Amino acid sequence: MDSVMVNVQGIVNRFGSQLVHDGLDMQVQRGDVFGIVGGSGSGKSVLLRTILGLRRPQAGTVQLSGQDITTLNPVELRTAKASYGVTFQHGALFSALTVRENIQLPMLEHLRLPLDVLDGLAMLKLRLVGLPANAADKYPSQLSGGMIKRAALARALALDPPLLFLDEPTSGLDPISAAAFDDLIAYLQHELALTVVMITHDLDSIFRTCNRVGVIVDRHMVVDDLARIVDHPHPWIQSYFHGVRGRRYAPPTPSTGVPHGT
Amino acid sequence: MTWIVATTRAERLHLHLQGQWIVAHARDIRAALAALPEPGTAGLHIEVSGAAAFDLAGAWLLDDWLRLPPQAALSVSFEGELPDGLRLVRDTLGAGNRADQEQDKEYPFNPVRLLGETTIERVDDLRAGVRFVGRVAVTFARACVSLRRLRPISIVRHVWDTGFTAVPIVALVAFLISIIIAYLSATQLRAFGADIFVVDLVTVGVLRELGVLLTAIMIAGRSGSAFAAEIGSMKLNEEIDALDAAGVDSTEVLILPRLIGLIIALPLLTFIADIVGLAGGALLCQQLLDIPLQQFINRASSAIAPTTFWVGIWKAPVFAVLIALSGCYRGLQVRGSSRELGRLTTMAVVQSIFLVLLADALFAVLFMEIDV
Repeated sequence: MDSVMVNVQGIVNRFGSQLVHDGLDMQVQRGDVFGIVGGSGSGKSVLLRTILGLRRPQAGTVQLSGQDITTLNPVELRTAKASYGVTFQHGALFSALTVRENIQLPMLEHLRLPLDVLDGLAMLKLRLVGLPANAADKYPSQLSGGMIKRAALARALALDPPLLFLDEPTSGLDPISAAAFDDLIAYLQHELALTVVMITHDLDSIFRTCNRVGVIVDRHMVVDDLARIVDHPHPWIQSYFHGVRGRRYAPPTPSTGVPHGT
Repeated sequence: MTWIVATTRAERLHLHLQGQWIVAHARDIRAALAALPEPGTAGLHIEVSGAAAFDLAGAWLLDDWLRLPPQAALSVSFEGELPDGLRLVRDTLGAGNRADQEQDKEYPFNPVRLLGETTIERVDDLRAGVRFVGRVAVTFARACVSLRRLRPISIVRHVWDTGFTAVPIVALVAFLISIIIAYLSATQLRAFGADIFVVDLVTVGVLRELGVLLTAIMIAGRSGSAFAAEIGSMKLNEEIDALDAAGVDSTEVLILPRLIGLIIALPLLTFIADIVGLAGGALLCQQLLDIPLQQFINRASSAIAPTTFWVGIWKAPVFAVLIALSGCYRGLQVRGSSRELGRLTTMAVVQSIFLVLLADALFAVLFMEIDV
């Protein structure tokens, strides 16, 4: 089987005269936890929307598990979309549905399953992301921020996808909840053999979960292993990892292995 | 497609899983499990390695089947280690965790309970409504002390939104309704040779009742819903909380300008509706009944009392208050979800139209009693 799960080649995204991506390349191998980093307005969300097939780029190709999604017709694209799970920054749970119904929605749309299997699988996913069973019948408005993120993750895992996209999974969480969420992602990634692509600003998240990091600078992407990218000479990358907030992560000597700040 | 090959060796049922044990095939896998022969008493042996894929859903289906009697009582052995998926399912669901799925049950249907709950709900709703009207009245009285607190710019915006932009549709509806009355009454009255009374019916009907009533109903649908939706989505977005936290009275900023704006706009729209309605009546009388314009005007002036026009116009601000308050009140009740927003916007429109009609009926009785 092909080991490249996400293969982005020469993506160009333009809004009017504003060029966001100019020939951006990115590859994610099976089993990677890939962090996408970049300044505000550098086009992280646009890149994610392009990879998800929600937006067609002006040029370039996006391959998910070897399938070029930029050339698919709507029916094929629908099938391709069942092969990944995604969580959005603010959860994007359907507010009119309970947590259980939210988790069941992708299964109902893509599969024909008996009701008790639906309930059983929904409960399994709910427990898997660490939510109590009584959260199943609550509405999103009754949940805390951390629970919403977990419920969104459970919905993303509904179809047991091999590939998971997370948009700012820890934003808006307190440091303890954020650390717990990072651990959850690492646990699920290991247990379910997932490939994870996540957009994040959170340096703790990157060092706790990611093994590969792609930084969007100057409309391109610099990709490297986490241990090496912190020494990349680009000024933005330097100030990101070694600025006031990043300083505590600096490895003691450049040649040591993966730096763990915590 | 075969999912399981079952063989019996030395009294033990051996299950060899095959094919794709993934969520997409859950329905067939479940059927295959249900169709398995009755296992003996010596136990089960399961080989997962034959399956091309074995995801969490597959693991759950197998685990769920193993929990059913009679399998649950048997000893189960696996080829090699416990498969990863199955271990994860068991870790996640744990022992005894299934029982707690059953809590939070709804009460069974009980008419007495339902009646009680509905009554309490209605009474609470009524009390909250009265409290809301009181709060708006107090805020209005307080805001009257200075022009700045009445927010004239905001009022102008709402007069524009609810009034000026509604002129075309209100005029069109008034024109059509006067044609409908004129046509209907002409066909009836012609039989008695009383064509001229069509003028009486159109002028009195439009000025006294229909001009203001149809305008109010149009505005309830148009602006009542807009008020509820605007305020409701602000509520969902925590903008109302942000205003209150900033020490700004949300009633004063959001509700008073809408209320005052509509109190100004609705009588003006009614005036336009009256004019267009009369013009439509005059046009139809001229075309259909050969009543020349001059004769229409003469007949109309004798048909209407000096108060007829004002009776219609004076109802407009009352209707405006009813529409604005129901729209804003329902908007403020939105909580939590987009479905609530839709439900309460609908309720705002239905309620404001109902209140307008109720008030109009009361006015009709009142005006007849005081003889205007």
